[in-house]
Amino acid sequence: MRDTTSALFEFLLRQGDNALVLGHRTSEWCGMAPVIEEDIALANIALDLIGQAKLWLEYAGEQEEAGRSANDLAFLRDAYDFRNLLMLELPNEDFGRTIMRHFLFDAFQVPWLEALSESSDQRVSDIAQKASKEATYHLERSEYAVIGLGDGTEESNRRMQNALTDLWPFAGEAFRDDNIDRAMHDAAISPLPSMLQPVWKIKVQSTFQLAYLTPPDSEFAHSGGRIGFRHTEHLGHMLATMQFLQRAYPGATW
Amino acid sequence: MYAQMVKSTGQAVRTRDDMTVEERAFQDRIDRGEKIEPKDWMPEGYRKNLIRQIGQHAHSEIVGQLPEGNWITRAPTLERKANLLAKVQDEAGHGLYLYCAAETLGVSRDELFDMLHTGKMKYSSIFNYPTLTWADMGAVGWLVDGAAIMNQVPLQRTSYGPYARAMVRICKEESFHQRQGFQVMLTMARGTKDQKRMAQDALNRFWYPALMMFGPSDKESVHSAQSMAWKIKMNTNDELRQKFVDETVPQAEFLGLSVPDEKLTWNEETEHYDYSEPDWSEFFDVISGNGPCNAERLKTRKKAWDDGAWVREAMLAHARKSRARREAAE
Ligand SMILES: [Fe+2]
Ligand SMILES: [Fe+2]
Repeated sequence: MRDTTSALFEFLLRQGDNALVLGHRTSEWCGMAPVIEEDIALANIALDLIGQAKLWLEYAGEQEEAGRSANDLAFLRDAYDFRNLLMLELPNEDFGRTIMRHFLFDAFQVPWLEALSESSDQRVSDIAQKASKEATYHLERSEYAVIGLGDGTEESNRRMQNALTDLWPFAGEAFRDDNIDRAMHDAAISPLPSMLQPVWKIKVQSTFQLAYLTPPDSEFAHSGGRIGFRHTEHLGHMLATMQFLQRAYPGATW
Repeated sequence: MYAQMVKSTGQAVRTRDDMTVEERAFQDRIDRGEKIEPKDWMPEGYRKNLIRQIGQHAHSEIVGQLPEGNWITRAPTLERKANLLAKVQDEAGHGLYLYCAAETLGVSRDELFDMLHTGKMKYSSIFNYPTLTWADMGAVGWLVDGAAIMNQVPLQRTSYGPYARAMVRICKEESFHQRQGFQVMLTMARGTKDQKRMAQDALNRFWYPALMMFGPSDKESVHSAQSMAWKIKMNTNDELRQKFVDETVPQAEFLGLSVPDEKLTWNEETEHYDYSEPDWSEFFDVISGNGPCNAERLKTRKKAWDDGAWVREAMLAHARKSRARREAAE
């Protein structure tokens, strides 16, 4: 029982940290997007993700039974305690890469959250159902943008191809099962991530075909983010910014 | 205000005798409180004056994202982060409504952006001040959105229909922003010693720039007289500034913060506060490009626009190609 509980805690951190880290990166676009409509849409996505992060981390804190709130988990953990996918902590760089990352993630997130909606854990199922609606909308948008930008002009196609080539080695991390995943699967809390890879592949390949983009012919996948063993150098900088106030003025109420 | 020192025709308001028949009929409609709609006849001066005012207002919303955007990645809690993000998103939405309202007068959003980027059009002086601590997120919401409301509530009755309707939507959100800013300020003012210090410091830095938002006294301005006759401008700058001071001083007292003005006193006779004028030479410096952040704000906006050019071009090209493919398939 103890094992399932701590595995569930880890599992919840993975969900929450993915949403938190990508939500934070997305919020960095504020005021900088190519058109006002896009600024508004990116803010919407960031808001959805931060809202999801709060729900997952709240539940994680309760599971842990150490009295940590969602904010404690978000603002007072160091990089090695984060459990997000590496791809999500990478810097935004250009708009094309931002969109490509969203698409690769959304295409995973939609079937994943749909599966979690059937979770044996009621709370996981509730959060997933809410997040699932949002993810469906995010995928519609990112897919549309990937196709549009891939098809658009020579320059946009080149930028999208570069983004895909750069991000591809990070996309596979989501599907690498470990003991936590097996414990969740045994408890019928979640499927094994690897079970979703075929659906994901079909989705991204059909989109890339319409977008005139070619993923690299490689199965290689960086890892270390969702197990917390080895993040990129970028996460520490992100947290230094994000956690500044909580770290500089401990115990204050904001 | 979000629109400061907007030029009108530059001439004295015309008497009825000097007006053409069309102009007289137009003025009568305004005097009766009717709304002017995009397809209606309007004097060229009215149209130009409105483009300048709505354009400046729209630019202020868009540039105004930046000082608050500066703290989104450092917001102290998930709730504050979401609130601030939603607030800045609202401002982008305000910009959008206003550009749409300006477009009904025959100027495109791209043309307006170009005028912003080349310095031909201005935005409010307030957004050229830096946001240095988290308390500034309180001060901006409380004072800047607060000052904006003073001017925008009466503009809901402005004579130009699309502008008036944009204002109705905007005002609801601005009052929410003002309350949210006040809440941040209250939390800081009731917080630790450091937080109180940040709150007072934010008020010290934003008080006079907030008063400047209303623009210098325009009692004798021909531009304002014409704008007021056309109901593009509803009150004088001094009236609005006084109203702002009268409403804000008791709020500062409630917060336990002191307004940085030694002359500030309640005047029993006028039933208004007497207060010190801001340093207008600073205002003219800021307006002419020498504020603390003018160069940076404009550079950031231009960079965002230039960096996004390939995306805008690509989406247009994609739309063209998709249309051609659809037609070919038919
Ligand atoms: Fe606004
Ligand atoms: Fe506002």
